[in-house]
Amino acid sequence: MTELASTNALRATMGEYYRALADAALRKTAPVAWCTSVGPAELLRALGFAVHYPENHAAMIGAARTANRYLPLAHAQGYSQDICSYLTSDIGAYLAGESPLKAYGLERAPAPDVLVFNTNQCRDVRDWFEWYGRELHVPVVGVHSPRAIDDVTEGDIDSVTRQLESLVAPLEQVAGTRLDDARLMAAMRASRDSARLWGACLETASARPAPLTFFDGSVHMGPAVVLRGSDDAAAYYRTLLAELEQRVENRVAAVPGETLRLYWDGMPVWGRLRALSTMFAEFHTSVVASTYCNSWAFSDLDPAEPWRSVARASLELFISRSEAPKERYIARMVEFYDVDGVIFHDCRTCPNNSNTRYGMPGRLTERVGIPTLVLDGDVNDLRCFSDEQARTNIEGFVEQLTDARGAAAPRGAR
Amino acid sequence: MSYYAGVDSGSWTTKAAVIDGEGHVLGTAVTRSGADLTAAAERVYEMVLANSGRTRADIEAVWSTGFGRNTIPFADGSRTELDCHGRGVAHYIKGPLVVVDIGGQDAKVIRLDAAGHRLSHRMNRKCAAGTGSFLDEIALRLGIDIGDLNALGRGATENLELSSFCTVFAGTELLTLIRSGKRPADLAMAAYRSLVKRIVAMDVLEGRIAPTGGVVAYHPIMVELIGAACRGEVVVPPHPQEIGAFGAALAALAACETQDIADTSDTAELVQP
Repeated sequence: MTELASTNALRATMGEYYRALADAALRKTAPVAWCTSVGPAELLRALGFAVHYPENHAAMIGAARTANRYLPLAHAQGYSQDICSYLTSDIGAYLAGESPLKAYGLERAPAPDVLVFNTNQCRDVRDWFEWYGRELHVPVVGVHSPRAIDDVTEGDIDSVTRQLESLVAPLEQVAGTRLDDARLMAAMRASRDSARLWGACLETASARPAPLTFFDGSVHMGPAVVLRGSDDAAAYYRTLLAELEQRVENRVAAVPGETLRLYWDGMPVWGRLRALSTMFAEFHTSVVASTYCNSWAFSDLDPAEPWRSVARASLELFISRSEAPKERYIARMVEFYDVDGVIFHDCRTCPNNSNTRYGMPGRLTERVGIPTLVLDGDVNDLRCFSDEQARTNIEGFVEQLTDARGAAAPRGAR
Repeated sequence: MSYYAGVDSGSWTTKAAVIDGEGHVLGTAVTRSGADLTAAAERVYEMVLANSGRTRADIEAVWSTGFGRNTIPFADGSRTELDCHGRGVAHYIKGPLVVVDIGGQDAKVIRLDAAGHRLSHRMNRKCAAGTGSFLDEIALRLGIDIGDLNALGRGATENLELSSFCTVFAGTELLTLIRSGKRPADLAMAAYRSLVKRIVAMDVLEGRIAPTGGVVAYHPIMVELIGAACRGEVVVPPHPQEIGAFGAALAALAACETQDIADTSDTAELVQP
């Protein structure tokens, strides 16, 4: 694997974000809001909140492979092992009094002044925030979005727009300030610019060889998630995009000797990100793109029409849609990235981000002739992931695709 | 004459096969895998050489497959069991076909086209239900040797159901049925039917279906039940338990043939400046 030089800049950008968050929580430099990953972050930024994303926090727990220490603590509270393991590992970490943000002086996730959700991705985010709301006696507000949408209608947008507008008064009260239109427009512009640049970064992977993989993307998407509404995200993505464009020009491959190209649908397996990345590289297979990383590339935000454009963007997201538009989307991605196959991660505790459970892999193979593989696993709960079974599944898929090309099959690892 | 070998390092048993250059089997062997997969592979390799009347020096290449395929130091190459089971079955049975492999700790459904090329595969979830381990658990609960389960099931007269998805819960359910006076023969048959239900739920089984694996080799009742549960013709290949090892030996043969072609072709144009 070829490491990206921009990783140092990424580390600095994310470090700055976490330091500011810790300052807000510990030194009260700003009110703290918790927000779901595709919640109304621009509004919160415009009101001067430091914004914490529990999903980002949970992903850090997963990547640090500490989730399985925390999960039983949440299960013991009556939160099932079949529900979102982001939720259960994050609450478990809180109960254990631990946080991956300890390096920034935070013993636990930063204490919130308000919790803001959008159910466009799932119901679990609301249940997650409501646990903290009860525990910490903090208000919980949010947007109840329609889900499994075929085509986003004006009626859907109207509903979410009105809900977003109704958040302003309670959030102003917590922030102790009035919403300034100019600040909101600035946050919208920053989000739009960041999203467009992030989208452009991801699209460089359509080149052969691909300059970045899904595994790189899962790490480098950090600013697109946690720095929405801040100019810092766009600044970072300008750096990353320049490096990726240079790689394309020089034909530098993220996976040296790229032979096969795959698309990944579903959540990452955070605790196995590095192991899977290494395994695919060993097979000269580049997982060039994913639905997951693209979920933060919503570039149609319009500062002139803030509420409606945020509402539209949050509803048009892949995860908010029904099977038919999801299937069409993946078919377009298969063509755009010119991949040899699609891996669907059936994430045990995340049904909303597992597109395997209503027959999509089979339909996609039939419709566009693309081979598919379903990989059982989980985003954070490593008890649901078998290393050996995953290896056999993936290696077998690589053998199948290689044989179908008539090329010499890869030898197994020696 | 050149000879080729395959070793299938499975979770419960390690299998081996030796073939000649025409793909004819000279001998096979099976041993328990135990905790030391490398030692089991060494042992089964010695066994299969003895069974086929060959020495290590006679073997052109050995390829490995199975769960422990990367733990066999004397292997010249490896392929997954998905490849080797398909390859082994396709040598004997004309496609298109569906290979249903039921191993000790996993079950696989492998689709092959008319030429024997793999179209897709599915593996069971990370769970023992639907695998040979399930039958081991049931035999343990019934207090009989696993080798006697098939004969016991033959005596079934009542159509009992085990409803649990989970192997452990199925064991508990079995105890409840024993206490309620149900006959062990009917319970054994219920366990087989439960296993088949898990298998047929993995994929649409129709057309020509080839069951393989140790479960099929030692529990022929499973073949009949799979046949009854599917819309298709069920054909069991020779040596179904060692079919993966046989497929690995075929992979070794194919690799050597490819190598021979490469060695004899003019490669001057491939030399880079």
